[in-house]
Order: sequence, then C-alpha cells, then structure tokens
Amino acid sequence: MSSEVIKRQRHSLAHAPLLPALVDALRKLDPRTQLRNPVMFVVLAGALLTLLLALLAGPGSPGFGFALAVAAILLATVVFANFAESVAEARGRGQAASLRATRSELTGLRVVDGREERVPASALRRGDKVRVTAGELIPADGEIIEGLATINEAAVTGESAPVLREAGTDKSGVIAGTKVLTDSILIEVSADPGDSFLDRMIRLVEGAQRQKTPNELALTVLLSAMTLAFLIVCVSLPPMAGFLGVELDYVMLIALLVCLIPTTIGGLLPAIGIAGMDRAMRANVIAKSGKAVELAGDIDTLLLDKTGTITLGDRQATAFHPMPGVAIRHLARAAALASLADPTPEGKSIVRLADRQGVREALPTDSTVVEFSARLRMSGVDIPGRAPLRKGAPDAITRWVEQAGGHAHAALHMTVEQVARGGATPLVVSEGKEVLGVVALSDIVKSGVRERFARLRGLGVRTVMITGDNPLTAAAIAAQAGVDDFLAEATPEDKLARIRAEQAQGRLVAMVGDGTNDAPALAQADIGLAMNAGTQAAKEAGNMVDLDSDPAKLLDVVEIGKQLLVTRGALTTFSLANDVSKYFAIIPAIFVAGIPSLAALNVMGLSSATHAVLAALIFNALIIPALIPLALRGIRVSAASGDVLLARNLLLWGVGGVILPFPAIKLIDVMLAAVLGA
Amino acid sequence: MAEILLTFFIAITAAVPLGWWLARTLMNAPMPGESVFAAIETPLYRALGIDPARGMNWRGYARAFVLSNLVLAVTVFLLLMTQGWLPLNPDGVGGMSWDLALHTMVSFLTNTNQQHYSGQAQLSYLSQLAGIVTLQVVTPMMGLALAAAVLRALVGGRNAAQASEGEPRDVGNYYVDVIRLTLRAFLPVALALSLALSWQGVPSTFEGVAKATPVDASAGMSEQLIPVGPVAPMVAVKQLGTNGGGWYGPNSSFPLENPTPLSNLLQSVALVVFPMAVVLMIGPLTGRRRFAAMVFASMLTMSLALAGFALWAEQAPNAAAVGLAANGAHLEGTEVRLGTGLSALWSTLTTQSSNGAVNAMHDSLNPLAGLVPLVGMLINAVWGGIGCGLVNFIVYVWLAVFLSGLMIGRTPELFGRKLEVREIRLLSLLVILQPLLLLGLGAITLATPTIAGTSNPGFHAVSQVFYEYTSAYANNGSGFEGLGDATLWWNLSCVLALLAGRYACLLIPLAIAASLAGKRVAPVTSASLNVEGPVFAATLLAVIVLLTLLCFLPVLALGPIAEQLALGTTGATP
Amino acid sequence: MNTHAVLDTRGGGLRAALVFGALSIALAGLAYPVGATLLGGWLFPQQARGSLIEREGRVLGSALLAQPFADARYFVPRPSAAGYNPTTAAGSNLAVSNPALHERMRVDSAAAAAREGVPATRLPADLVSASGSGLDPHITPAAARLQAPRVARARGWTEDQVLALVQAHTEPPMLGFYGGARVNVLRLNLALDAR
Repeated sequence: MSSEVIKRQRHSLAHAPLLPALVDALRKLDPRTQLRNPVMFVVLAGALLTLLLALLAGPGSPGFGFALAVAAILLATVVFANFAESVAEARGRGQAASLRATRSELTGLRVVDGREERVPASALRRGDKVRVTAGELIPADGEIIEGLATINEAAVTGESAPVLREAGTDKSGVIAGTKVLTDSILIEVSADPGDSFLDRMIRLVEGAQRQKTPNELALTVLLSAMTLAFLIVCVSLPPMAGFLGVELDYVMLIALLVCLIPTTIGGLLPAIGIAGMDRAMRANVIAKSGKAVELAGDIDTLLLDKTGTITLGDRQATAFHPMPGVAIRHLARAAALASLADPTPEGKSIVRLADRQGVREALPTDSTVVEFSARLRMSGVDIPGRAPLRKGAPDAITRWVEQAGGHAHAALHMTVEQVARGGATPLVVSEGKEVLGVVALSDIVKSGVRERFARLRGLGVRTVMITGDNPLTAAAIAAQAGVDDFLAEATPEDKLARIRAEQAQGRLVAMVGDGTNDAPALAQADIGLAMNAGTQAAKEAGNMVDLDSDPAKLLDVVEIGKQLLVTRGALTTFSLANDVSKYFAIIPAIFVAGIPSLAALNVMGLSSATHAVLAALIFNALIIPALIPLALRGIRVSAASGDVLLARNLLLWGVGGVILPFPAIKLIDVMLAAVLGA
Repeated sequence: MAEILLTFFIAITAAVPLGWWLARTLMNAPMPGESVFAAIETPLYRALGIDPARGMNWRGYARAFVLSNLVLAVTVFLLLMTQGWLPLNPDGVGGMSWDLALHTMVSFLTNTNQQHYSGQAQLSYLSQLAGIVTLQVVTPMMGLALAAAVLRALVGGRNAAQASEGEPRDVGNYYVDVIRLTLRAFLPVALALSLALSWQGVPSTFEGVAKATPVDASAGMSEQLIPVGPVAPMVAVKQLGTNGGGWYGPNSSFPLENPTPLSNLLQSVALVVFPMAVVLMIGPLTGRRRFAAMVFASMLTMSLALAGFALWAEQAPNAAAVGLAANGAHLEGTEVRLGTGLSALWSTLTTQSSNGAVNAMHDSLNPLAGLVPLVGMLINAVWGGIGCGLVNFIVYVWLAVFLSGLMIGRTPELFGRKLEVREIRLLSLLVILQPLLLLGLGAITLATPTIAGTSNPGFHAVSQVFYEYTSAYANNGSGFEGLGDATLWWNLSCVLALLAGRYACLLIPLAIAASLAGKRVAPVTSASLNVEGPVFAATLLAVIVLLTLLCFLPVLALGPIAEQLALGTTGATP
Repeated sequence: MNTHAVLDTRGGGLRAALVFGALSIALAGLAYPVGATLLGGWLFPQQARGSLIEREGRVLGSALLAQPFADARYFVPRPSAAGYNPTTAAGSNLAVSNPALHERMRVDSAAAAAREGVPATRLPADLVSASGSGLDPHITPAAARLQAPRVARARGWTEDQVLALVQAHTEPPMLGFYGGARVNVLRLNLALDAR
C-alpha cells in the first residue's frame, strides 16, 4: 500500500531536475550562504586567493596556467558541494511542493457568527471554523468539531480507500487537500497558513532555513576545528621551509590545505541532512524538527498500543461461555441486547455472533443506553421491566454485581482465565445481580508484525505493547506478536508512568498514539509519533505525524535516524582516511624543488609535481559528486550489533578510504600526463 | 628485543599490584599500614582545615588544583630568584634571571622538567630540594588526582547512585587525593628506589664536591672535581614521577646518576611503572575492568610498536662515522655500559611516558630513531604522564567514540552518556590547541633564525626547534639538548606551551567529563557502541595515528624524515 | 561513602592551598630527600660518596667517572665532549647529519689510528664517538684489546699479560643480554700500575 506509493514517488523523483539544481548550486556561491559551511567556505576562499595570485603574477608568468587550473578545480569543488545540497533540496521540495500545490487554490466556507462566506485558504487562521460538504476539498489542516464524514486522503497519503473521520473520536483530524466524499462536517482550523506540519517539514529540507540537528552541529564543530588545525599546519609551513632556504609555492600550499580539510563530508553534510528529512517525508512521516528524526536512531524502547498496531484493529466476538445453569441462548440474547446500541466494531461483532446462533433481538424504544465509560470500564442498557444488562471487564462486572447484592459464580474466574489464556479478551455479561457468562473477544495479530519487531530488536529497540486487556490475554498476544514486554490493563496514567520509568533507566522512549488521552504520553516520550487520523491534541503533543496513520511506521523512522548518523560517520571517516594518500601526492610535490631527497615519498610515482597536485585536487573534487547518490540514499543500516556494524563501516570507509585514492590519483595522473604531456 | 621483553615484563608485573594499591588509595579503602598512614594524614587534614569526608564538585576540584599550584608557583619562583642569599648553598650559586626562574618554575610545576639551566651548576641544594624535589613529588600526584576526578566523573561521580539527572557530581576531594597518593603510594616507592640506586652507586650524601687527583698527570688535568650530593632521592622521584629533570646535566647518561645496567633497568621500569599502574587502577576505581583492559592493550600496542621501531632504527651504524671507524654500534651520545639497545628503548619509554629523562643524547640519535620520541610526545598518551597520559588518552577515546558512534547510527555515547555539542566544542579546543602551539611557535621561531639558537644545521635544526615545543606541550622535558634555549624567547615561548600542555589538557577534559557525568545514562543494548572490544580499540588507534599524522606529517617531513632521506641519498652528510 | 550531601564548590579555599604548599615543601622537599639521603649514606657509605677510589688518603677519582689518560702506558678512554670535567659534563649533541660531527670524528679517528698504529677502519666505534655524559668510564672490550699491544710495548710487557688483565676487567652484559660488555678504564689502568 503505502510502500508502493513510496516506491512510485522515489522512482519519479530519482529524476530530480538536475539543471535547476545546478543553477541553484551556482547561486549558492554567494559567500554569505557559503559561510554556513566553514569547510567549504575555506575552499571558496582558497579558490579566490589562487585566482588572485594568478592574476597578480600575470599571464605568461610561470605557473599561471597551473594556478588557473587549481582555482578552477577548487571552484568546481565548491559547486559540486552546493550541487549536492541543491539536488537534495530539489527532491525534498518536489515532494513537498506536490503536497502544497493541491492546497494553494483551495477555498473554504468560513463560518462566522452563523454566517457563511467563501474565502481562500490563505485567509484562514487558526481557530477559524469551516464548513465542508461532500465533494469539496478540505482547505486547511484541522479537526472535525461537528459531524462525521468519509474522506479520500489519497492526495496526501496515496491510499485510495476512503477513511471515516468523526468529531469527538480519536479519528477527528483532517488534512488540507483531502476530499470529503460524503456528509458535511464543521472543521476547526488548527494552523495559520505557512505554519502547518507540512510547511514546517518543507522548512526542514530547505537549506537556507534549515536548522542543523544536534549531531550535525557537533560534527560541524569538529570538522571546523579540524579545518582550523589544518589551516595552522599549512600557514606554519612557509616559515619552516624558509628556514631551510626552501621557498614554497603558495598555490600548492592552498592545494594542500584543501586536500587536507574534510571537504568530502563537509560538502555532503547538508545534503545528507536534507535527504534524511526527505526520506522521512517520503515515508509519509512529517517531522516537526530534524532533531526528532535524528533522535529516532537512538530509541531504546518503543511503546505501542496493541489495537490497530499489533492486532487488526477490532476484536471480534468468537464464542459465548455461559455460567453453569445459564442457557447459552440466554447469554447470547443478553449480550446482543447490551450491544445493540454499541457502535464499536466489538459491539457489532457480538450482535453478529448472536445472530449466527439464531438470536435476533431489537432494542425497545424506551430503554436507556449506558455508554462505555473508561472509569467504570463497562457499558450496557437499562430496559424497563428488566434487570439492568451490563457487559464489561471481569473485575468491573464483578464489582457491579457485588454492589447490587449478588456475587459472581465460582466458575467465572476459571472461565475468564481460560478465555484470556487463549489470547482472547473476556467480556463478562451480567443481568441485574447475576453473572450470565463470558463473551470471548478475539484479537487477530496482523501479519508481518512479528518480523518488524524482530528487526527493531536487531536495531536495539525493545517493544512494549500497551493494552487494556488483562495480563493473561496480553501475555498471549504479546507472545504471538513477539513483543518484548507488555503493559496490561493500562490506563493513560499507566502509560505515562511507564514512559517515565523507562526514561529513568536512561532509555530513550518512542510512543505511538492517536487518542486525546495519549497526548500526555506523546509529549513525555522522547519521540512521539502521532497518527494523522488522530486527534489534534495528539498531533500537537507528538513531534512527528504519520500521514498514513500506520503505527509500525516507527521502524522506518528509526532506520532513517540511524542512516543519517551512519552516513555522516562513514563519510567523515572516509574523508579523513583519504588524506593519507593526498599527503603522499602533495608533500613530495610541494617540497621536491627545494629538498630533492623528499622525492622518495612519491610512492605513487606521479609524473610531475604539478600533475600530482592537480590529480589530488581533481580526485578531491570528483569524489563529492560521486558520493551524492549515496548521501541522498543513505548508507544501509543492517540490524547488526554495534561491533559488527562498526567493524564493517571501519573496514569499508576507513581502510577503503585509505586505499582507494592511491589508484584513483595515479589514474588521474596518468590521464593528465597523457593529455598535458609530461 | 630481549631487553624490551625484560623491561616490559618487570614493569607490568610491578604495575599490577601498584595499580591495585593506587585504586585502594583513591577509594579511601582500608589498606595495609592503615593506622600508620591515618595517623600521619589526620593532622594534615586538620592543618589544611578541610573535612576529608566531603567531596568536591568539578569546579571545586579544579579550583583547589589551580590554587594549590599558584601557591607553589609563587614560592618556587621566589626561591629560584633569591637562592643566592638563602642557606644550603655551599657552592655559592647565584639567583636566576626572572625569565629563567619563570621557565624553570613552570617547567617543574607542570611535571615537565624541561631544563633551560644546566643541572647542578645553577641550583643551590635548597632549590634542588625545597623547589625541584617538592614539585617532582607532588605534581605527578596532582596529575593523578585530576585523572581520578575525570574517571569518577566518567562513571557519574562518587554520588552517582544518589544524584539525579543534572545534579552536581562528587569527583573526589582534591587534597585528600593528593595527600593520600603522595604518602601512601609515591613516597614509599620512591624511598625504595632511592635506596636501590644508592646501592648501585648513585651518590647519597650532603658532603660537597670531592676533589680528585687524576692518575695520569701527563693528560693535563691536575684536579677533577666530582660533584656529589643527595642525588639518589632526586633521581628516584625523577624517574618515578614522569619528571625527568636530573641532578646532573647529562641526566641518566651520567655514570653517577645511572651507574650500571641494573640501575638502568630499575630506572627504565620506573619510567613507565606508575603510568601503567594508573591504567590498571581504572578497573577497581570505576568498576570497568574491561575498559581498563582495552586502554592497557591499546597503549601497550603503541608502546611496543614504537619501541621495536626505535630499536630497529638505532641499530643502523652512525652515518657520520663511515670510513672513520669499524662498522659497529652507533655510540655517539651513548654510553658503553648501556649500548644502543638500552638507549633506544629508554628514548622511546621516556617520551611515551612524558618523563623526559634521558640516558643518551637524543640529538645524536639516528634521525628515524629521533622520530620515535617525537611521535611518542605528539601522541602523549602511549602511557603518558602520570594521570595526564590517561586523561589525554580519554580525549582520544572521546574523539573515537564520536566517530564510531556515528558509524553505528547512534548518538555517540561513552558509558551511556551522550557526547553532544557542548562536549565536542570543548574537545575541539584541544584538537586545535596542539597544532596551534607546536606549529605556531615553531614557525615563529624558525622564521627568526636569530632567536632559534639551533646548534645543528639544516633539517635537524627544524627537528630541534619542533622537538623543544613538542616536549614542552607534552610536559615531557627531554630535548635535542644542543639547542641554545636559555634565552628570553625560548623561556617565555616554552612557558606558554608548558602551561597549555598542563592546565588546558587536564582541566578541559575534567570539564567535559563533569558535563557528561550528570547526563541520563542510556542502558547498554546490542546496538550500543562497545568501547571495550578490539574493534573499538582498532578505531581508537586509527584515530590516534591519523590525527597525529595529519597534523604533523609536513613538519616531520621537513625535519627527521628529510634528514634521514638525505643521509640515505648522500651516504653521509648533506 | 560521602556522608555529606553538600559538595565543596570552593575547593577548600586559600588556607588549604597555603598550608598544602608549606606541607609539600616540608614533607616532599625536605623530609623525604633528607631521610632517603641519610639512610642511603648509612647503608652504602662507599657508593653514597661517589664510589671514590682512594690511595694513601688521596682521592684518585671515581670508579664511575672517566678521567683523561695520555701516556702510552695507559688505556685511553672514549673521547669526551666535556674535557672529562664532571662539573660541565655533556655529550656533543651533534646530529648524525651534522658536518661538524663528521669533522670531529675524523680528528679523533686519525689520532686514535696513529696512536694504535692501525687503519681507521679497524677502530671500534666507541673510540671515535663521544659518550652522552662525556665521562663514560668504560670502553668496549674490542677497544681495550685494540689498545693492548701499544700498552704492552710501552710497559715492556707481553701482549698476553695485558690481554689477561683486560679479560679480568671485562664485565659482561647483565644476564648476558642487558647492556653492553665493558671495561672500566680507570680500574684497568690502576691494575696495570699495581702490577
């Protein structure tokens, strides 16, 4: 479903418009823009300085052509880096823009003091109320405050099956650009124009406004420090060489500096960050900050609701277990009567089960429906002339019956336990002060969740299932689904307490939720992934929203977070490892005129000093575009232990980074010698 | 090779119990001789006016460290300036110039012992004892105390169990640490070594210079003055305390300072035994034995590699002697009783451990053998100075953790505590500081040949200058001693490197560790970074080598590497 | 372990630092070295005073320090960059690449070759290399054996007699591998005179 959509989009966006990106890359040469990236700023400064040196010496001076070539390569290096960022931005913007385009021409019927007027979407402000009827597009993100409707969200999520959204439920959120298919709803707008989740997400992929994530910031600081250290290395060389009577070529010195500073990672760093956000967006997850996505890679514990995540949303009644002395039909009738007014799928399934057993009931018109309350954890119906019918959690009904002066049958406990152990939820039905029996509500575990949890475990994430079920049922389902732990008979307070307890042990906790009562837990969790279909409160409290409302999406987010870090770490390692070979190219080149014996360090046998420098610089420049696809895709994070992952990446990017440039630089040198002559 | 194995075997064998002893000392745990030690210490605490049971937060600890250093700094500086008028001065040595006194004081205060004065000739007995020996005893223990504070902070402080997230952590009581370490560990070991050295022939007397009448009057020397004094106690602390400043000018190459192969063995072991023990102390002190093993194994790997390389490089005959003597050992600057093997081994141990004592003249080592001490000092964490070496190593650990943390897709963390922008910013200061001082000062000095004072021409002069600053920043103290360094420029510029190499390199890591200490501690999962295994150790070694190489390869190319290559191409001298 | 909840953030204050400085000097700078010196002198009186060699109340030198010998009847120690003066002891500190080292070695080599009557290429390296201290009391056994014929001639002894004495004064490396084999020049020369 949604993964298909992702694939389709990935395919179309692989052909991101390259020419505009190139233009944008050139526009980014503005030093003020460049200053955001200290490493590349140094390269740009080096290019300009080289150009200046060449022009001062004048055409015809020895080394004029060489200096121009160096300046050109340095400039190309900067452009390549900008290009990487531009391509990443273009892809992200393309994704976001297609979402945004759908809403730009939207209009809405604003309701003010009972009057309705049609206004453009851009005029809608947070708190405005808008009426949308069947066939119309929803003009702004918001929450249904009146009515219910079926909505086609395909424009945003790619999912064509219509969904039901209803005021006052946990599925009351609507997104701008989606289409109301039936009914009429009143929506309260939840964000000012330009401040919707989508707008915030778009900002995450736009270089100029993008805030660096914490790890990215730390890495930038370290890379800047290294750049400064290498600057010191290069600046200190002329006086030292001068002491030996050796005069150094300043162009070569600039080349040495550029080769030493971590341009590869420095050039690709913004692109990696943007691409990470873009990947999140492509997975239909809207993050409120880049920090959240990055942090997702560190998650230790994932709390998720059983319903809709682990099991196929709705439980189905599968069996009636009457108490001794109670006829099964009697139990079925009572259960059906108590459920007739119950709109939940569970309630309907009880009616259906009774129906299958030949019991067909209708609710008398004068009966009073007792709606389910979370506090009492039961519901039912009071029919005049009959003892009150109740169904609910075993302990709740037992208490209810005892309050009425009766007492539960001794067999109840056993029956309840037997049902629960089978992985079903026991629902106890009572009439007046008599317990009639137990309805078994069975959960059906979604296919594929077991594998997903196994993968999460491989990434170091423990999953904790939260359920209102009793411990026995919970344990059975937990075992079926392969979660690591569960929290049974959970109240919203229990969720919050569990999150705090996990955090107190140092764990980073992610929570997936949709309901209003999830909001505190979503806010408390380090990562709160709210379902888009969920309530506004939940979406406000979390730091990510999943447009697909697929709770297992967190797995994708964790992988994206890890990819972000791994890609940065691997390319940093690669960048530094590259320096070894560049030293062997440039140090002999730079000194050999004054100190012939240092020619012994020219282990690659490069054809001449200028060729050596050019070859190293060309390699240094070309490696950036060569790695752009990787930076955009991110390095695959396999579910392996830290040690294995480290060993693999160290070998690949560290050892590989030391070795690879030797043949590459040699090859470029051979080509240079062939083209330019020895 | 056999000498390497023997030395390491004895050193490690001695370091194991010493490490345990240091840990007990720092954990205020009861130990043999408890009542005797306690009886001495209790009145000392009372005199200081401190409560030994009360811990300090890192700021308090740092403040105590700085303040106690300032007091000693002023005292010793004044002592050196005025020694000419003070007692215990049988040879009538005059006061030092202010810049020389400043350099000498800072050099010993920073546990460096770089000497721009010449040993016995410019110091009175009072200065040697009350000034130099005092600092040689207490400054290594101050460094160790700081390392202990860093280690405690790394595992959340002594109050880790009670303190909640973000609360200040107890990193120990500075004065208790230094006093206990000095009295219980350092001085007893020093006393034993001092007596052993006396037995081998190191002078141990308060008598003045002995006057001898040489046997062969025809050789033109009618009287030979034989300087003696309380040499053995000073040499013992010089060797044990990663100090290096000897009694005599030529240090442990001088026969009265290091008379026999056995005394040389004892002193070689003493170079590294405390730094090794400090690493072994990590286990009992922090409960992280596997981490301690990883650190020890990493350091040992580097140590053996450098030692093996030095021995190999120094085996080559002296290129200057070609045609002038039979092909044989390179003995210029080396003593016959020690030979090239022991000298090469010592030259690398003394720079691996930030000691700086020498038993041969490093200036005259083969160029590649002279490269080894340089590399040892640039890394400065192979064993490193007592305490300081470990702290430097932890800085490398943090850098490696940062890199490897990213590579496994988690925010980098050490012992569950995340390294974030604040810590990286502080780490970056240290990354910049070393090249800034070494290369910056080196470039300024070389750009002004009149102040350089180099005694050898060409590439070797570059090495001499670079060696001096490297040694100062590494708080090592050894030198390519031909350098004319008793000048205003050398004194002041080295003071800068010395101070940064000591105080920045100890206090910044303490601040980082303290900043980590109060953080949320993430549990260990299979996806966490394992800092105790061989994979991380390999990463760490790669980071150390790469960082050192990248910053200093050019200057090394201009110095020892060019010198060696030039020897190779021309046969002898350029 | 820490019974006090409140941590010291001032680090004990100035008094602690001042008293600590005074105590350091008293204990580490005075008590320790004075105690160790006196104890060492009491246990090893001969070594403690500098391993002095005395004959008839006169100090001839230290067994641990080289002194110059010029007479052909004596073995000659290694070249000294300090003129065998212990108060200005030093090595040459000349780098291998330094032309000055080559030049000095040339002079030493020519003198030694002339003195012993052998070609320069037969000279053991220690005879043309200045030691680190300038007062190395030892030469290698090879250097001693090389000088034996000249000493024997000057003293009118057979070469074997001298070589036997050299052999008797040769100390092997510790444990057979640690350090260098060596001959103490002063002791050897005194033994020659004593015969």
